[in-house]
Order: sequence, then C-alpha cells, then structure tokens
Amino acid sequence: MAGMLRSVESFLEELGRTAQIFFRVLRWTLRPPYDWEQLLTQMVRVGVQSLPVVLLTAFFTGGVMALQIFTVLARFGAENYVGSIVGLAMVRELAAVLGALMIAGRCGSAMGAEIGAMRVTQQIDALEVLATDPVHYLVVPRVWATTLVLPLLIALADAVGIFGGYVVSVMVMGANPSTYLDLTFRFMELNDITSGLVKAAVFGLLISTIGCAKGFYTDRGAEGVGRSTTAAVVTGSIAVLIFNFFLTKLMF
Amino acid sequence: MTNNPNRPKIRLRGVYKSFGTKTVLDGLDLDIEEGESLVVLGGSGSGKSVLLKHIIGLLQPDQGTVEVDGVDLSTLGSRELIDFRRRFGMSFQEGALFDSMTVGQNIGFPLQRSRPRVGAAKIEARVRECLELVGLEGIDDRMPSELSGGMRRRVGFARAIAMEPEILLFDEPTTGLDPVMTAVIDEVINSLNRRLGSTAITITHDLTSAFRIADRVAMLYQGKILAAEDPEAFRQLEDPRIRQFLAGRAEGPLTTEPPAPATP
Repeated sequence: MAGMLRSVESFLEELGRTAQIFFRVLRWTLRPPYDWEQLLTQMVRVGVQSLPVVLLTAFFTGGVMALQIFTVLARFGAENYVGSIVGLAMVRELAAVLGALMIAGRCGSAMGAEIGAMRVTQQIDALEVLATDPVHYLVVPRVWATTLVLPLLIALADAVGIFGGYVVSVMVMGANPSTYLDLTFRFMELNDITSGLVKAAVFGLLISTIGCAKGFYTDRGAEGVGRSTTAAVVTGSIAVLIFNFFLTKLMF
Repeated sequence: MTNNPNRPKIRLRGVYKSFGTKTVLDGLDLDIEEGESLVVLGGSGSGKSVLLKHIIGLLQPDQGTVEVDGVDLSTLGSRELIDFRRRFGMSFQEGALFDSMTVGQNIGFPLQRSRPRVGAAKIEARVRECLELVGLEGIDDRMPSELSGGMRRRVGFARAIAMEPEILLFDEPTTGLDPVMTAVIDEVINSLNRRLGSTAITITHDLTSAFRIADRVAMLYQGKILAAEDPEAFRQLEDPRIRQFLAGRAEGPLTTEPPAPATP
C-alpha cells in the first residue's frame, strides 16, 4: 500500500515536472533572442537524420501489411481491396505511431542524454549564470523543431509505406498494378491524411518535451544520465501510445 | 554604483536552507565589502557551493535575506534575476564549459546572447582579450575536450569575466590540480582581481591557495560562518575547530562533534 502511494506520488511528480517544462517552453518561445540557428540544427537532427530509419520502418510496415492482408482477404476473394486497407492503415495510424516510436528511440533519448549530461557537468548552471534561461536556450528549439518536423517526416513515411505495400502486392503477390493504385486512393479522404499528420505533430511535442524534461531533472552523475536516457524513451513511447488512442477517439 | 559607502556589496542575514531533512545553511550571516577578495573555507559537504548559489540567486533561502547593493534578491522576478546575474561572473569546479562549442564560442557566448546585439568583430576582440587575461592566447579554436583540467578552468574564468562583472565567484578553482597548476590558477585569480577591481568570493578547502588569494578568510561550519578575519588574524584564531582545519588533523572537534547543531 505504502509502495503504491509512493509510486503514485513519483508519477505525479514526474507529470508535474514535465508540465512545468512545457509551460516554460510556451512562456519563453516568443521572447528574444530568437535562436534560428539552433532551431534549424535541431530540425536537421530530428528530420533529416531520422529519414532513413523512419522511411525504412514505413516501407517494411507497408510491405508486411500487404502480405498479411492479402492472405486474409484472399480467403473471401476480396484481395483487390488490399491497397485500400494498407493505404488507410498507413496514413491514419501506422506511419505516425511507428515513426513516432522510432523518433522517441532516436531523438527523445538523445535529448535526455545530452541535456542530462549538461546538467551533471554544471553546464545548465553555467547557462543560468551567463544570464541565459536554459529552457529558452536548450528546450525551446528542440521542442518546436520536433513538433514541426515530425508531420513532414510522417507525410513522407505515408508515401513510402503505401509504396512498400504496392511493391509487395504487385511483385510478390501478383496484384494488378493499376487496380491496386486506384483502390489505394479511391476511399482515402483528405481528413485521413491530415489527422495522421496532426497526430504526428502532437507526438513530436510529447517526445521532445518528455525527453528534455527527463534530461533537465537529471541527478546523480553518469548513472543519472543513463536513467534519464532510458526514461526519455520509455515514457515518451508510452505517452505516444496513450495519446494515440485518445487522439484517434477524438478525431474519427 | 554604491551610493552608501558603509553598505557592504553583499549582505547575507539569517540565511537558512535545508534539503529534505538536511540543514545546509543554518542562519548564516556574512558581509562582503566592495572590491575585497573573500575566501570561504569549509570541509567537503559543508555547504560552500550552496552558499555561492544563494549569492548569485540560483537558490533561494528558506528563511533570511540575500542583498546585493541593498537589493533583496527575493524581491526580483525570474527575468529581473536573469538581468541581475549579468553583474556576476562565476566559474565552476570543472569549468562547466559547453562541450559542443569551441573555446572562443564559450567565452563569446554571453556576448552573443546579450541584447542589444554585439558585433562579431567586437566579440572576437573581447574573446582574445579575456584569453590573454588568463594567459591562454590563441586557443580560440580548440574544443573543451582537448584541454587539460587547469586550462579548462582558466577558460571558465575567461568566460566568467567576458561581461566585465562587478562580482566574481570561484567555486573550488584549484580542487584536483597539482601544486604548480594551483599556483598558476591563484596567480590568475589575483591578477584578475587586481586588474578588474571586482569583488571576489572564492570557496575552497585548499589552504595554501586560500591564503594566497584572500584579503579576508571566512570559515563555514555547520551552516554558519565561524569567523571572518584577514589572513593573519585568521591564522591566530583560538577556535579549536579552526585550529583543527588549519592543522589538517584527523582528530578534533570537527570530527567528534555531533552533526546536529552543537549546544554550548
């Protein structure tokens, strides 16, 4: 019982810290000096450098979806609709969620580790002493870069995922290319795509805010940095999955 | 800046700070005069760093006041506090250099961030000037990871003085350095204090270094200042706790007294 209270307490504490970082980000975003250079650096780091891993994930997810759905739909002769299902699943759900999980592993962890290491080597104290708010300098560019870049990344992942499904269906399962493409887009509405991209933006906000908050509140040296890095990935991923459910419920 | 010549530059009154159940500062009083170099001695974990962080407003006291030029820090909002810190330069134990930036970018950082904008040429000139003041000309392009411990600290000093602060804080500037490097660092601190005319507060447990750089020596023990005297008078003090610290004996009141505030 006491142990349960303890973990509830520490959960709420974590939540409070993350919320605090989030509100500090909001408060500092519009204050000068604007650090465009940092924003761009972070956008390159999150966006460009994550392209391979996110697109690879999307391609193989599209491919495996095609394999699975083809096998199942073939049982009642509806294999023409594989393209529709793969396409809708990718843009509404899979590209955003799986892409975000990869970003949590790749970028959330990096933010937790980098800011955490700065904390334990007193570089964050040094920032404050040098009349610079550390949230303003470190967290604001990371959070907005991730939030802005993730929808772009996921839009590409949508396309690559659909392409993956197409390649597998046409080349492996022998589907008719033009029917496949036609059915991929026949039932797709603009709202299917935008809702996926809105989700992606929210995931970007969650992953970066959580990653930065974990790093920001690091203590106890190298061990603490390790813990923050792990926590950034685990908490970031769980937040993505939970928010995904509620966002989906809200938007469809 | 000072309109009242009798007012100390920095005044701490009844400063009390605890973390959880551990009392670190316990009603601490301390005055620091304009232009003096004060060294605060104290054992490991005696709260020296916590004291410095109170002076620069990184930590707020649970009770008591910290005044700089007569301004109570607790009356400042978070943005005012940030502006207020421009008057301070602080160097950290291991330098705390930003490891993603070159030495030059580190030193230029506060200038880069200050508004109104400072031109690139001006920043470069100031960086060169600061490096010269700490005796490290021409290492602008090196990364902090390529420097030795002593050099890292001197670069930390250079960064601390870049904005021409009125008050310099040194957090254990010589800890972990060899005696020669310690002497070099002490020289640098002395020459900075002389040339900049700033008020300096150094915390250390290195006695040789303390007596080399101090105009006045204070000892922090169990969250209070035991004594603050000029170096000669400090050496003559009879307090057994100070005697033990100066002699570096393992046995004595510092090691036998209960950690709770002692009853006389």
